[in-house]
Amino acid sequence: MIETITAPVAARAVTTPKRRRRRPSLAPYFLSAPAIVLYIAFTVIPVVYTLGISFFAERLTGGGTLGIRETTFVWFENYLDVVSDSQLIAGLGRMAIYGIIAVPIMLGLALLFALLLDSPGVRLQRFGRTAIFVPYAVPGVVAALMWGFMYLPSTSPFSYVTEQLGLGAIPFLEPQGIYGALANISIWGGVGFNMLVIYTALRSIPRELIEAARLDGAGEVQIALRVKVPLVRPALVLTAIFALLGALQLYGEPLVLKPLTDTITSTWAPLMSIYQDAFALDNLPVAAAASVVLAIGTAAISVAVLLTVRWTTRRGMR
Amino acid sequence: MTATVSRPFAPVRRASTQNRARWVPTIILVVGAIYALIPVAWVFVASSKAPGELFSSFTFAPGTGLWDNLVALFSYSDGAYLMWAGNSLLYAGVGGVLSTLVSAAAGYALAKFDFVGGRIFFVALLVGLLIPGITLAVPQYLLLSDLHLAGTQLSVLLPSIISPFGIYLCKVYAQGAIPGEMLEAARIDGASEFRIFRGVVLPLMFPGMVTVFLLQFVGIWNNFLLPYIMLSSTNTFPLTVGLNSLLDRGSGSPALYSLAIIGAAVAILPLIALVLFLQRFWRLDLIAGGVKG
Repeated sequence: MIETITAPVAARAVTTPKRRRRRPSLAPYFLSAPAIVLYIAFTVIPVVYTLGISFFAERLTGGGTLGIRETTFVWFENYLDVVSDSQLIAGLGRMAIYGIIAVPIMLGLALLFALLLDSPGVRLQRFGRTAIFVPYAVPGVVAALMWGFMYLPSTSPFSYVTEQLGLGAIPFLEPQGIYGALANISIWGGVGFNMLVIYTALRSIPRELIEAARLDGAGEVQIALRVKVPLVRPALVLTAIFALLGALQLYGEPLVLKPLTDTITSTWAPLMSIYQDAFALDNLPVAAAASVVLAIGTAAISVAVLLTVRWTTRRGMR
Repeated sequence: MTATVSRPFAPVRRASTQNRARWVPTIILVVGAIYALIPVAWVFVASSKAPGELFSSFTFAPGTGLWDNLVALFSYSDGAYLMWAGNSLLYAGVGGVLSTLVSAAAGYALAKFDFVGGRIFFVALLVGLLIPGITLAVPQYLLLSDLHLAGTQLSVLLPSIISPFGIYLCKVYAQGAIPGEMLEAARIDGASEFRIFRGVVLPLMFPGMVTVFLLQFVGIWNNFLLPYIMLSSTNTFPLTVGLNSLLDRGSGSPALYSLAIIGAAVAILPLIALVLFLQRFWRLDLIAGGVKG
C-alpha cells in the first residue's frame, strides 16, 4: 500500500528540481515584496535612523548672543546622558517592580485557569472560559480608564466597602498601592488570552498519555503538574516572552491614570520620559539613545529567557 | 500491579474526595470569572449615573442619567465620539485586512519557496518581533513627518500593515496546510503562480488568516501609542486616544468624567460582542504550537 502511494510522489520529487532550475520563479519575490518594502520602511529605516541620530547633538557654537546651532557628532555622549539620567533610571526601576509583580501573576493565573478548564469534573467551564477571555476585547487604555475610576476613592466600589467598615479608602493610587494597581490592570487584561493559548496547547496533548497516568494512580493535581505542564512548555515560553515584552512597553496605563493621581509623574515610566524628551523637550538625540538602550535591553531579556528555557529543557532531558 | 491493588478502594475514595475535588476548582474558576467581569459590570452601572450621582451614590447602584449621558456623549464636540469610532473601525478594519493579505503572501513565500534572501528576510522578521513598538514609533513619526504624512490617517494605517508576528504565523500555517503535491499539480496543469496563490493557496490558508486578522484587528483597535504619537487633530483620533483626551480634560472639569465612563462602556460593547462571536473561528493552536521550545 505505502509503496504504491509514495512511488509517484518520489518520482515527481526527482523531476521537480529540474523544472525549478530551468525556470527560476520570480513568484516568491512578488509575494514577499509588499512585506519586505513595508518592513524596510517601518522597521529597518526607523531603527537605522534612531541609531544614527543617537550619536549626534545640536550644539551652540561661535560667539554672539545667539550663536549658531550646529549638529555635531558626539560619540556616546547621549548614551552617557541616558545612563546618568536619574529620572530615567528611576523609571526603569519602577518598570522593573511593576514587571516583577505583573508577569508572574499573570502567567500563573493563566496557567491555573487553563489547567482548570482542561481537568475533568470542573463545572461551568464554558462560562468561565468566555468570561475570563472578555477583558481581551477591552483596549488597555479603556481598561485603565475603568480601573482608574474603580481605584478613585470617591467612585471605588472597593473603597466604599472598606469605608463602611471604618477602615478608610484603599490607597490604590497612593505610592504604596500604585504598583499593585497598575499590575492589576495588565493582569486583568492579559490573563484571558494567555489562558486560551495555554489551554489550546493542553488540548493537543494525546489523551492516552493522561489516561495512562490516571491508571497508574496519579491524582489530577499530579497529572497537571507532572504530565501536562512539562508538555505545554513551548506555549508557556511564548506567553512568557510576550508578557515580558508587554511589561517593557508599559505606557498607556500610567498615562491614563496620571490625571487621577499625583503619584504618577510625567516621567513615571521610561517610555513616558522618552516621549517627554522627544516631543515636550524637543531633545530627539537623547530620546533616540534611550530608545536604543531600551530596545537592546528588551532583546537581551527575551534572548535570555529563550536560552534559559533551552538550557533547562536540555538538562531535564539528560 | 498497582492498579489491581488500588481498584477495590477506588470507588469509595472517589465518592468522598471527588465531590470536594470538583467544587474547589469550580469555585476558583468562578472567582476568576467574577474578577474578569467586575469592571465591565461597573462601567455599565456607572454609565447610567448622572454626573452628580457619580460621586454621591453607592458605586454599584444604578443611576438615572443613562439617556442624558448618551445624548451628551454623541453630541460632545459635534459628534466627535462617532468620528473616533469610525476612525477606529477604519484603522482596524482596513489595516487588519491589508495586514492579513500581506502576511499571507509573505508567509506562503517563506514556507513554500526556497529563494535567495528568503532566509535573511525571515531572520530579520524574528528580530523585528523583539523590537518594542515605542522604539519604532518615535522615528516612524519623524520619517512620516518628513514625508508630510504625520497627522494624517495614513500615518496610523501604513505602519499597522506590517506585522512580523502575522507573517510568522502565516508561514507556520502554510507549512502545514498546503501540500506541495497540490502546488506541483497546479503548476503541471499550467496555472500561473498568481492563479495558484489566489485559487489554491488562499482558500487553504483561510482558517489561519482568520486568526491573523482577528489578532491584527484587536491589536490595531487597542493600539494607543502609535496614534497618540502620530495624530494631533481630534478628527483623526481613534477611540483609545479620544477617550484619553476626554479623561485628561476631565481632571479640570469632572463633568467630563461621566462622558469618559459612558464613552468607555459604548466603546467596549461592540468589541466584546465581536470577539465572543468570532471566538469559535480562532485557530489558537497556531499560536500555541508556533514555537517549539
